[in-house]
Amino acid sequence: MTTGLWLTAAEMGLWIAFLLQVTPVMVWIERRGSALIQDRLGPNRVGPLGLFQSLADALKFIYKEDIVPAVADRSLYLLAPLLALVPSLTTFVVLPFGPDIEIGGETYKLMVVEAETGILLFLALASLGVYSLVMAGYASNNKFSLLGSIRASSQMISYELALGISAITVLLPVGSLRLDEVVLAQQGTWFGFLPQWNLFPQALGFLVFMVAAFAETNRLPFDLPEAESELVAGYHTEYSAMRFALFFMGEYMSMATLSALAATLFLGGWHLPGVSFTYGPWLNALVGFGILAAKILAILLFFVWVRWSFPRFRFDQLLRLGWKVLLPLAILNFVLVGALTVAGVL
Amino acid sequence: MAGTIVFVLAALAAFVSALVVVAHRNPVYSVMSLIVTLLSLAVLFVQLAGHFLAVLLILVYAGAILVLFLFVIMLLNVGTDRRGLAGTRLQRWGAIVGAVLFAAILASLQWGATLDAAPPTEDEVALTPLARALFGDYLLPFEMAGLLLLAAVVAATVIARRTTPEERESR
Repeated sequence: MTTGLWLTAAEMGLWIAFLLQVTPVMVWIERRGSALIQDRLGPNRVGPLGLFQSLADALKFIYKEDIVPAVADRSLYLLAPLLALVPSLTTFVVLPFGPDIEIGGETYKLMVVEAETGILLFLALASLGVYSLVMAGYASNNKFSLLGSIRASSQMISYELALGISAITVLLPVGSLRLDEVVLAQQGTWFGFLPQWNLFPQALGFLVFMVAAFAETNRLPFDLPEAESELVAGYHTEYSAMRFALFFMGEYMSMATLSALAATLFLGGWHLPGVSFTYGPWLNALVGFGILAAKILAILLFFVWVRWSFPRFRFDQLLRLGWKVLLPLAILNFVLVGALTVAGVL
Repeated sequence: MAGTIVFVLAALAAFVSALVVVAHRNPVYSVMSLIVTLLSLAVLFVQLAGHFLAVLLILVYAGAILVLFLFVIMLLNVGTDRRGLAGTRLQRWGAIVGAVLFAAILASLQWGATLDAAPPTEDEVALTPLARALFGDYLLPFEMAGLLLLAAVVAATVIARRTTPEERESR
């Protein structure tokens, strides 16, 4: 019993440490990556390759003045940035990151919560993320902030449908909501070299999921809630210092958890062909987490690549894409996969 | 013991936040406390082993429907209600009727009907039996409810899109 408790605490510690490190590392990758794409150098003065730039930025955030506008709705204004971290710091609990491990004769699963509802719990907690943006925009008492948060709420509601439907389509052949069983169903290879990941039979679902993920995390080309050429900075226009940094962290951490869900659903989670997990319980757990983290990082790099390659959508184009293209595609994919599952092909 | 503490905390949170929903003058705060109410109710569902129902409550109500509430309130820019608790005559009569009904329920629980107080077992509210009931025994009512909702949505769209004579001429 106590081993299980300690293990749960260790798993949560591992995830939280990983998620907190995502922001500074991703900021560095984003700035150096954009420089690479635009044929510049990027920040390269602070530390080797500019690696300590994020650290310097973090210090700056802490020492800057924390301003609350006089006309702001004070309590909601102060609460909103804290809520920005809630979805990313709760959703990881249902993500598996390794095979079952045995300690002292007992078998433990490498996920924080073994919930029967699995992915639904993830989607439910993730759907609460919009309140932080809406609250920030409303409490700032500023028209740019309000416009940004109205855009955020309509955008996130529109794309949640496509995201959810493309995600549950993966569950049809598996027959379970639990993400550990989704990963187990993706073990092995086809023709001896192609991993049996859902990416290949459900390429359409993966496409819809990724596009919707860009919209859900407010990333370019869908960063309308904070479009700087129209709305100054959207919902966080009035925020400064560490409170602004919290929104920043929330955005990157949501990207990380959504990438983790994408990796689990479509890229085999902690599974990698050729890795057999025979290193003893502790090393198994670390190797599993390392593989999942590598996949998350690969998807995050894709996020950065897309951001510096595409221009921003117009808002009506964004909504039309969500409702008239992505949602029908997601439903089509659902019906197709459902029929194939019933026919016994998948 | 720990279960009782969690229950009392969640029930208190649900009660207080529900009071704030009806009493607060600012509609944005009302919606925010409705979210707290739903989250506390989800905790109560989990205590009754209804994990799936708890997740649905958060996913559908807190995650989607209340965002729409908030969206509409912010879009219409509803100001703070200066009348406070006094309300209109209709609201006052509504409150009186509601209070009488609530008292009737309390009285019947105290002196009349006995309630089957046994909480539902894990097998009754787990995912598979719920799904079998919804898409098996109650398939027809389930599909009819879906049709009814669709009809309501279509009707709302028709009403919202109705054009005035001037608009028709300008086309």
